[in-house]
Amino acid sequence: MDLTEFLVKTATIFVVFVLTLVIAMYSTWAERKVAGFIQDRMGPNRAGWGGLLQPLADAGKMFFKEDFIPALANKWLFIAGPSLAMLTALLASAVIPFGSTFRINGHEIVLQGVESNIGILYVFGVVALGVYGIMVGGWASNNKFSLLGAIRAASQNISYEVAMGLSLIAILMMSSSLSLGEIVAQQHGMNWNIFYQPLGFLIFITCSFAECNRVPFDLPECETELVGGYHTEYGSMKLGFYLFAEYINMFISSAIISVLYFGGYNYPGMDWVYSQLTSALGSETGHNIATLIGTAVFFGKALFFIFFYMWVRWTIPRFRYDQLMNLGWKKLIPLAIFNIIITGAAVLFLKPVITAWLN
Amino acid sequence: MEVAAFYGFSALAILAALFILFSKNLIYGAFALLLAFLGIAALFVLAGADFLGVAQIMIYVGGILVLLMFGIMLTQRAIQQEGPSRHNRVEVPITRKVWGFVIGIGIVGVLAKIIFSANFRMSGDAVSRKSTIKTIGVELMTSHLLPFEIAAILLLVALIGAAYLALNRNPAQ
Repeated sequence: MDLTEFLVKTATIFVVFVLTLVIAMYSTWAERKVAGFIQDRMGPNRAGWGGLLQPLADAGKMFFKEDFIPALANKWLFIAGPSLAMLTALLASAVIPFGSTFRINGHEIVLQGVESNIGILYVFGVVALGVYGIMVGGWASNNKFSLLGAIRAASQNISYEVAMGLSLIAILMMSSSLSLGEIVAQQHGMNWNIFYQPLGFLIFITCSFAECNRVPFDLPECETELVGGYHTEYGSMKLGFYLFAEYINMFISSAIISVLYFGGYNYPGMDWVYSQLTSALGSETGHNIATLIGTAVFFGKALFFIFFYMWVRWTIPRFRYDQLMNLGWKKLIPLAIFNIIITGAAVLFLKPVITAWLN
Repeated sequence: MEVAAFYGFSALAILAALFILFSKNLIYGAFALLLAFLGIAALFVLAGADFLGVAQIMIYVGGILVLLMFGIMLTQRAIQQEGPSRHNRVEVPITRKVWGFVIGIGIVGVLAKIIFSANFRMSGDAVSRKSTIKTIGVELMTSHLLPFEIAAILLLVALIGAAYLALNRNPAQ
């Protein structure tokens, strides 16, 4: 790997990192605005135009609060908890393909941090690590409610990871690739996976709600039963990190949903737009602008799913814990296995017939 | 740069393993185990076995270690309350120590035999950067089918056993 390639990769990863943070930051603002709209009130509107400076004001407040560590808490693990939560939340964005390629002086630059041929497994591994931040923090607080919240979070994440993995397998059987870049490239135009995998999509989005600890699955922080859940003892920016990690996770899972099921940067009529742009502006500028439109489409889809998370949060009440476990183990896992069998049969028997008929 | 990364991750794995061996605190030991697993996964990735690295993280770090930590977190509290004077040693009859020693030596012997008979690629050989998933899948379904099936049945038995243990056998309910 030569130096320019290394610098370009570093710059790409830095941009992805900053974008993730900015989107997560403004998700907190959007969440309050959406909540305000749904509950027929204004939402934040004091700091800046339409409350746009509110996230900065919150961050300032969090930083200047007293950084308190309970006397009987395990000090280092207490600090490690929120740090781990942030770390694992940010790791996953490295493999997401944000767009196709940029052409600068004949060089092609891929709009993706790392193109790995096990991309989706990497995301899955990082999601599996996400449990640790919550578990460490909950245990180190030396508080029964924190520990209960942490155990709930861990068992919920483990349970829903199974169904999530099984629903992913159907996608992998169709695309026969583990690379996110290739899965997106296969959904060219309007050939999105959602049309082939509606059941898989429903299972996946339910599980990603559970993995992000969002309503209706936010039992780890169920305040009527657990005071505040795993972050009961936390204050100042450590609490901020936990809450912020949740928004980063939301953005990552929205991006993954849009990549796996909604074609990422692909949109109907993209070939026509591409040929128009390249013929009008030349193969370099036209290509770059077409890529930018694709990236904008990708972010549009991802932001819609962030909105969907918020919409659900302010609409649906919370599940009971036994309902959550019943849904995960007794309904979603059998459904996911059923989906795998159907997909396998379709790939084996239906696909040759349809391709022969289309030709 | 790859050499530096290799020695860095090896040192991480070995130091974490030594820490587990000498640490008296179970929960710190579990976190050191996390570091050791991550170091080994990084070594797999450096060796070109990216699937193995991610599988290591998903199975060991995401599954087994979480269960281990569950166990420690839910039991550690009771031991602490009995006071710091209580020692940690589990007392067993001397015959068990002998058997444990024999089994330990046996496992080391088997592992050493596998390591020495393995066909390693030495430095200078070309390492293919191609994905190893397809090879693994084909090998599992053709030449290594019997071990694969045995492992599958073992896991199924474990699953049924776990479900049986967790069954509510209280007649009052």
